[in-house]
Amino acid sequence: MARKTIRSIPQERAFMPVQDAELRAHNFDEVALGFDLQNALVECERCLVCPQPACIEGCPVNIDIPGFITRMIKHDYRAAYDLLTDSTLLPAVCGRVCPQEDQCEGVCPVGAGGTLEPVAIGRLERWLGDKAIAEGWRKVSHIERQPFRVGIVGSGPAGMACAADLAKAGCKVTIFEALHEPGGVLRYGIPEFRLPNSVVDAEIGAIEALGVEIKCNTLVGRLFTIEQMLGEMGYDAVFIGTGAGSPRFMDLPGEGLNGVLSANELLTRCNLMRAGQFPAYDTPLGLGKRVAVIGAGNTAMDAMRVSLRLGADEVHCIYRRTETECPARKEELHHAEEEGITFNWLTNPVEILGDEAGNVRALRCVRMELGEPDASGRRSPVVIPGSEFDFEADTVVYAIGTSPNPILGQTSKLKLDKRGYIQCDEALATSLAGVYAGGDIVTGAATVILAMGAGRKAAASIKDYLGIRDSGRVYAPEPAGLEGSLFGIDLAERNFTHVRLI
Amino acid sequence: MTDHNDAGAAGAPRAPQGGANPYDDIRSKGFPILTRTDFSDVTFLLEVEHPAMARAAKPGQFVIVILDEHGERVPLTIADFDRDRGTVTLVVQAVGKSTRQMQATLHAGGTLFGLVGPMGVPSHVSGAKKVICVGGGLGVAPIYPQARAFKEAGAYVIGVVGFRNKDLVFWDEKFRAVCDKFIICTDDGSVGIKGLVTLGITQALQAHVDVDEVVVIGPPIMMKGCVETTRPYKVKTMVSLNPIMVDGTGMCGGCRVKVDDRIRFACVDGPDFDGHKVDFNDLMLRLKRYKAEERDALERYDENCRRTKLPHETGGAH
Repeated sequence: MARKTIRSIPQERAFMPVQDAELRAHNFDEVALGFDLQNALVECERCLVCPQPACIEGCPVNIDIPGFITRMIKHDYRAAYDLLTDSTLLPAVCGRVCPQEDQCEGVCPVGAGGTLEPVAIGRLERWLGDKAIAEGWRKVSHIERQPFRVGIVGSGPAGMACAADLAKAGCKVTIFEALHEPGGVLRYGIPEFRLPNSVVDAEIGAIEALGVEIKCNTLVGRLFTIEQMLGEMGYDAVFIGTGAGSPRFMDLPGEGLNGVLSANELLTRCNLMRAGQFPAYDTPLGLGKRVAVIGAGNTAMDAMRVSLRLGADEVHCIYRRTETECPARKEELHHAEEEGITFNWLTNPVEILGDEAGNVRALRCVRMELGEPDASGRRSPVVIPGSEFDFEADTVVYAIGTSPNPILGQTSKLKLDKRGYIQCDEALATSLAGVYAGGDIVTGAATVILAMGAGRKAAASIKDYLGIRDSGRVYAPEPAGLEGSLFGIDLAERNFTHVRLI
Repeated sequence: MTDHNDAGAAGAPRAPQGGANPYDDIRSKGFPILTRTDFSDVTFLLEVEHPAMARAAKPGQFVIVILDEHGERVPLTIADFDRDRGTVTLVVQAVGKSTRQMQATLHAGGTLFGLVGPMGVPSHVSGAKKVICVGGGLGVAPIYPQARAFKEAGAYVIGVVGFRNKDLVFWDEKFRAVCDKFIICTDDGSVGIKGLVTLGITQALQAHVDVDEVVVIGPPIMMKGCVETTRPYKVKTMVSLNPIMVDGTGMCGGCRVKVDDRIRFACVDGPDFDGHKVDFNDLMLRLKRYKAEERDALERYDENCRRTKLPHETGGAH
């Protein structure tokens, strides 16, 4: 086969249908409909199968991207899936929600020239993930039981990734989740039209199939402490993946008015509690007709698009910088614009105004301009004097970031950093022996795939700590002769696994 | 839900677990209701089995209850807990759709769909030598374990409880057992002194100049009244706030309150705060947030109940 060149590959990205903007703005069905087989194969042809693939480095969990694409071209989808899931545990989720433009697709050489779009790696990953769900593919390894019990706090992407790796290593894993449904941000945060609940259920089902037990309605730190888990409850190690959690407010006058809420509250009511279906479901939402969302990250995009679907007439984004600095995914921003959300760049609220009944009436805002670059090279917004104006709105949603949840800090001796997140070393070990942490509770709000990567890294550290021989690692031969060894295997390694894929 | 018990790890031997671990039985759904006691037409008590929670619970903490798959998350203060029996006690006042439905459907032998807790920071049982524990209406239940805790810590405890009338009184015997002095106030004077709990507090404060602390649980308007009553006496007054909540774990900020002009989340920073620093107007305003929706839901529920009951005789025709 002749070597593919940038000229010989299909120049255009393969077609992926998207729900019509007018239509989708009023339903919760998925927006991006995914490749069909034919288009997936066309897209696979666009991969140059680089000898030194930059995309693998660009992926936080280092998926062998050209590897799975090559298998897809050979129509061996099962093999492609097996290779993919060596690295990622939630392909149907990550293929949908990863910011690929900053990761794998951002470094793809096809897109590097600027004239072509990079290979749609995320969409291919999603196609395989969806295929696996449809076909009921499970990658069940031969698991060698270990006498270890590991407790995982939080069932978000970090906790699930860590749990899956440890279950494969033979540990008895229990996940504790405070809410009544598992999934963390996948459940309460990311809305149905970006990530259908059926996909989350399927991926969680795959983890339960490994023997992982998920206990909902269990608030660690209050029902029992981390110290109790290691002590009387008999866990050999603990992983904390509780997420960042607490929403930030701005402390503006009028923040106590009715109609002011955090994006977390809006999304939790809508996604987890199904407030959109009130009164068939008991949780009310009380959304107004003119919604102003402060912030322009992915959470803000989700909150705005949810508001639109729940019947708001007008939805506005209020952001103090410009579109260039907007931290949301380009695709989400684009989708939001298509659906009719209005963006007010270089605008910052200074006060929330209310009516006699204590409801929000308007936002008092100022116009901003970008000042000189500061020491870090970022141009920070500066208020234009005298630019104050009132912006009519009956609902104000804060999506300006989160701060660490205080519960575990209050109830355990875990060392926290200056900002209140859990302090960890390189191996993600906390100040308590046997306790590891990862995801947003260590780094602050980040992405699903980074949380998953942290969960896997912590799982590797926990295996090390428990002395489980990790099949994914090359062990250096022992320098000392045969003393302290059995058939040449170090006795200090209390166990060893062999993994046979079936 | 499918059963995953024997999926995966096929053929692997069951990991032997040495000794019964009391935490192995942590129930995560379907919480059994052991007993139910009705105090009045609207108030009832549920004793729910949850040994781990009974062990962990401390006075001042609360739980979130979910009635069924369609239910909302309802915060309820833990009224009592029994570590030996492995139960927590909740007292519910049927005021809206969810609580009315609980009253209609929850009975001994049944189960609660969701129950999570204990939540919130436990009340600080200070070294106070003399305290007044004030409970109004439903607040009488959660103030009881606090009064008991103070008593156990060796304090002189004055209990002040308020009800609208004699028929609504409950737990008075239970209270007398942990109080050195006990005052019942009723709006109509049908039992105890006639008047609000603020009158009871004033009497107690005048009779005992050496009160170190007042602890109040009840409706916000009552707590506000109590705080204003104690303010001139400069007695430390702790209140337990009851804002609207969703998750109860500090994740959404729906329960934010203003204390000392700062935003605090009642579910993780509270629910107890220094009453003299709480902005009660802010709290009471925000509690009205879903008034229209609440009324709607209740009307719809009542309408449905009436309709389903019409063809049948009254009584449990399920």
